[in-house]
Amino acid sequence: MYETIYHRPSSVDEAVALFGKGSDSKYLAGGHTLIPVMKQRLAAPSDVIDLGKIKELIGIEASGDTLTIKAATTYFDIMQSADVKKSIPAIAYLTSVLGDPAVRYRGTIGGSIANNDPAADFPAALVSLGATVKTNKRSITADDFFKGLFTTALEDGEIITQVSFPVPAKAGYEKMRHPASRFALTGVFVTKTKAGDVRVAATGASQNGVMRVPVIETALKANWSAAALDSVKVSDSGMLADIHGSAAYRANLVKVMAQRAVTAAG
Amino acid sequence: MGVEGIGASVVRKEDRRFITGKGRYVDDIKIVGLTHAHFIRSPHAHAKVKSIDTSAAKDMPGVVGILTGQQIVDDKVGNLICGWAITSKDGTGMKMGAWPAMAPEIVRFVGQAVAVVIAETKNQAKDAAEAVVVNYEEFPAAADIRAAIKQGAPQLHPEAPGNVIYDWTIGDEAATEAAFKAAANVVSLDITNNRLVPNAMEPRAAIGEYNEAEEHFTLYTTSQNPHVARLVLSAFYNIAPEHKLRVVAPDVGGGFGSKIFIYPEEMVALWASKKVGRPVKWTGDRTEAFLTDAHGRDHLTNAELALDANNKITGLRVKTYANLGAYMSLFSSSVPTYLYATLLSGQYNIPNIFAEVISVYTNTTPVDAYRGAGRPEASFVVERLLETAARQLKVDPAELRRKNFITQFPHQTPVIMAYDIGDFGASLDSAMKAIDYAGFPARKAKAKSEGKLRGIGLSCYIEACGIAPSKAVGSLGAGVGLWESAEVRVNPVGTIEILTGSHSHGQGHETTFCQLVAERLGVPISQVQIVHGDTDKVQFGMGTYGSRSAAVGLTAILKAMEKVEAKAKKIAAHALEASESDIVIENGEFKVTGTDKSIALPIVALAAYTAHNLPDGMEPGLKEGAFYDPTNFTFPAGAYICELEVDAATGKTSFINFVAADDFGRLINPMIVEGQVHGGLAQGIGQALLEGAAYDSSGQLLTASFMDYAMPRADDLPSFKLNHTTTLCPGNPLGVKGCGEAGAIGASAAVINAITDAIGNNKLEMPATPDRVWHAIHG
Amino acid sequence: MSTIKLTVNGKAVSADVEDRTLLVHLLRENLNLTGTHVGCDTSQCGACVVHIDGRAVKSCTVLAGQAAGSNVTTIEGISKGDELHPMQLAFRDNHGLQCGYCTPGMIMSSIDIVHRHGGKLDEETVRQELEGNICRCTGYHNIVKAVLDAAGRMKVSQAAE
Repeated sequence: MYETIYHRPSSVDEAVALFGKGSDSKYLAGGHTLIPVMKQRLAAPSDVIDLGKIKELIGIEASGDTLTIKAATTYFDIMQSADVKKSIPAIAYLTSVLGDPAVRYRGTIGGSIANNDPAADFPAALVSLGATVKTNKRSITADDFFKGLFTTALEDGEIITQVSFPVPAKAGYEKMRHPASRFALTGVFVTKTKAGDVRVAATGASQNGVMRVPVIETALKANWSAAALDSVKVSDSGMLADIHGSAAYRANLVKVMAQRAVTAAG
Repeated sequence: MGVEGIGASVVRKEDRRFITGKGRYVDDIKIVGLTHAHFIRSPHAHAKVKSIDTSAAKDMPGVVGILTGQQIVDDKVGNLICGWAITSKDGTGMKMGAWPAMAPEIVRFVGQAVAVVIAETKNQAKDAAEAVVVNYEEFPAAADIRAAIKQGAPQLHPEAPGNVIYDWTIGDEAATEAAFKAAANVVSLDITNNRLVPNAMEPRAAIGEYNEAEEHFTLYTTSQNPHVARLVLSAFYNIAPEHKLRVVAPDVGGGFGSKIFIYPEEMVALWASKKVGRPVKWTGDRTEAFLTDAHGRDHLTNAELALDANNKITGLRVKTYANLGAYMSLFSSSVPTYLYATLLSGQYNIPNIFAEVISVYTNTTPVDAYRGAGRPEASFVVERLLETAARQLKVDPAELRRKNFITQFPHQTPVIMAYDIGDFGASLDSAMKAIDYAGFPARKAKAKSEGKLRGIGLSCYIEACGIAPSKAVGSLGAGVGLWESAEVRVNPVGTIEILTGSHSHGQGHETTFCQLVAERLGVPISQVQIVHGDTDKVQFGMGTYGSRSAAVGLTAILKAMEKVEAKAKKIAAHALEASESDIVIENGEFKVTGTDKSIALPIVALAAYTAHNLPDGMEPGLKEGAFYDPTNFTFPAGAYICELEVDAATGKTSFINFVAADDFGRLINPMIVEGQVHGGLAQGIGQALLEGAAYDSSGQLLTASFMDYAMPRADDLPSFKLNHTTTLCPGNPLGVKGCGEAGAIGASAAVINAITDAIGNNKLEMPATPDRVWHAIHG
Repeated sequence: MSTIKLTVNGKAVSADVEDRTLLVHLLRENLNLTGTHVGCDTSQCGACVVHIDGRAVKSCTVLAGQAAGSNVTTIEGISKGDELHPMQLAFRDNHGLQCGYCTPGMIMSSIDIVHRHGGKLDEETVRQELEGNICRCTGYHNIVKAVLDAAGRMKVSQAAE
């Protein structure tokens, strides 16, 4: 790791101010992406601004039709939250299969979506549920937030403050773990909104990161059941292919995980 | 058997320091004035080092020195050696290219060191290393066997035309050919034995320390055999003469073969400590482990089995290409030859065997012994062939095996090995009973009715441990003897120290070796200390690998014990005024049989050292040494059966049951033996389902971290059901055989046989990832 | 450089370190607590697990500065004098370790597992919860046994307190 300057602000405003002062600042949340990258010397921030202890960024609120998770809330706290379990249990389940227990104690929802790893779990949940990402500057819909591999709509210095999820009628998540990294080899989040719309998002599958799967959405809109997908064929064009899974295999997983997610959603 | 004697599951003495965080591994050691080394490694698989510019780096903060490959050559540090000479079928010797510890000119694999930066801190060394500018001219690379042997392939070493190191054969080619001509049935199989990365959890590390006043070197290193390291460093690498070099291997965090070898980093740490006049520490990170620890396996094989009309095996013909990587590592040449082809008879009576092994250079990390070393590859070939034959002939795979088992011992195979003893039917029976083999068809049918694919797979392995005797291995090309040494010191107060050339890095010697003393003398193991891993303390030893520590190391201790006991009995008889032949040892006492006269061990020991009243002519003291050279290998064998289910939609495998029935001869500590089997099974299952080192065509390692190389985790594995059958090894007085590698040797074939049974498609390569299994089902 | 103040194994400590220093290196290099190990570069093997404010985390993926003001417990801090922690005893009694290198992290993670699940642990849960700790020696068989055994012992010792 290159030498850096570590800061621990206590408010979002202070964090933004510190960020502006550094020549190449980076925000640090749980640190489970940034620190490994810094250890490999693939990132060399002049200043590291730790958001993990900013109280206004931590907490979970459920109010009527919306579940709001503040950005620096850890996976563990999300997984344990009675509000999450009650309003969108699929999110509690997703966090329970995200990383390992030690990672779940440190990793945060804000850190995950700001990084937008193509095999991360949370982007699929945000896109499928039609969540809204709130920053210190604005609100961004999930569809607009994720811009491809490791790329988001965030501007330099912008801080995610919270994510708001509309509470759905039904939602489910299933993933096939990558045999080595344990990230999602492919994961699929399915949502049936209270208005009856169906949104399906897959992670780990596409070369462009998290993606909607229209062919599955159409089939599920007509018939919300795993069997409805039996005859659906997901195209393997644009799918990731590596030693752990061919494009055809990942395309298959999108369908199979979607079927299992629908079953889990009930 | 006493509560701490042979056969007792004594909890381990060494555990207290490990569970309290007080283990002492190389990286834990601090020395005054310590500096830190960081190696500059080639990013290319094949290239020429055109220049190394250290001008910007050498004045950076904390830099103590920057040393290059040219300097190590100029200082006449010897090239790395390969300690086993193999002769090709045309009578020529093996074609070995030079391997300097740091490359002065040509780099041949990604990760090969070209220079080292030594600085006050690790970070400073890394910072400065980035400022060293190395100018490379890239060459085309041969990244795998097929690429290395094809016409016009890039040539790695001028000594090895066509990248072939040797083309070696064993067995009777003409007789085997005749057997195939006469065969009623022939079964053929193409097999890839996947390349593995050992990944001991402790990365390799070394500290070199030079004492100028004494002209003496000390090397602390992560080694399975510190004495062999000292021998090689002094005799071949010219870094220090043997009497001026101490090698210490303290607590070592796993080896699995990868820490047998003397690596460039250890040589450089030692050499550099004199160059810079400061102790030098290098601790590898996991990426360096992936790039530079000797890998394992990596064979391409075609194997054919000939059977007569009664399904009796009449011949076996094998052709194997073995990838040895970019350089010949210390024992690399022996692994695909004498440790592989000599085991191709398996547990079966096969009258005719012929095998040809062609070892080749590629632009990849060197390949050498990894847990099992050749024997897993052989067992996989034989057991996949047997299973395939049973399916082809539509007979029960257990019955086909049983029909061909060797039942008379000793048994001379056509490929050197003379099996001394075994009962293969007993272990197969035991495993079949444990898994309820008879009930499997019903379970499979039930699973099918629930939409699941269930399979069962057998693997009846045999291996050869305790490679020996020295004379025989010497005649086959080994550069070392394969005996072991021991010294038993009874101190004046009666406590006992056992000095052994074996090295414990997880095997529990500090407990099991004490159990022998408890068994012989009846003293509590708390009064016994095992001393190992330090060339200043133990005179010589060959170390721990090849499951040799019980069969060879412990027997050496027994030999020394016998000498100590004989002398102690003389002293006791003299003190008790009895005949020496009437003295028996019980519960730490020397007793005169048939009387109530006795004398305790501490009194005998004290008498030996005060020497006030010893028998006439007896030397004072109570300390004896022994060297033990076995008469034969030992032959552990067993049967593993795996039952599993495959999720057809995802290709994911789930274990239902995994049973093992092993014959290791006498068990010194069953708890520890079972732990060894568990660990071996995990590595065998890892090879079958998860692990595989992959290179791209340019020679870049695609699996260079735990992000891409799938290590078995707790939820990948089942609990194991272990059983033991016993035939005592006649080759050593304890009747022990060795248990360290069996799991890794036998498990992978059982898993692949089970998956291919479940999916009804025999074409499946390891690792059988969900992706590959899914493609095998769906095309 | 920063001065980091924190509590380690119940003792207030302070160290001057570069800001790039990881918690694991602060523990090993500055405080000589070498029981916490480094086994990988990618936050996966778990040899470095310690407790920060009672939660089992990977100290190779925490900057020393992030741990400032926290209460850190390492493998050296879990026994009460000569009286070993029930998890330590269970690892020894069940032969849950061989080379010992992954053991400190395994024990620290396992204590956290029992704290979170109490007596409701079963084999499958233990195996899933050990996902972040890699062992190359034991095949996990006896580690799983040890954790289940310790869960029982910890319940008994809690009841006694």
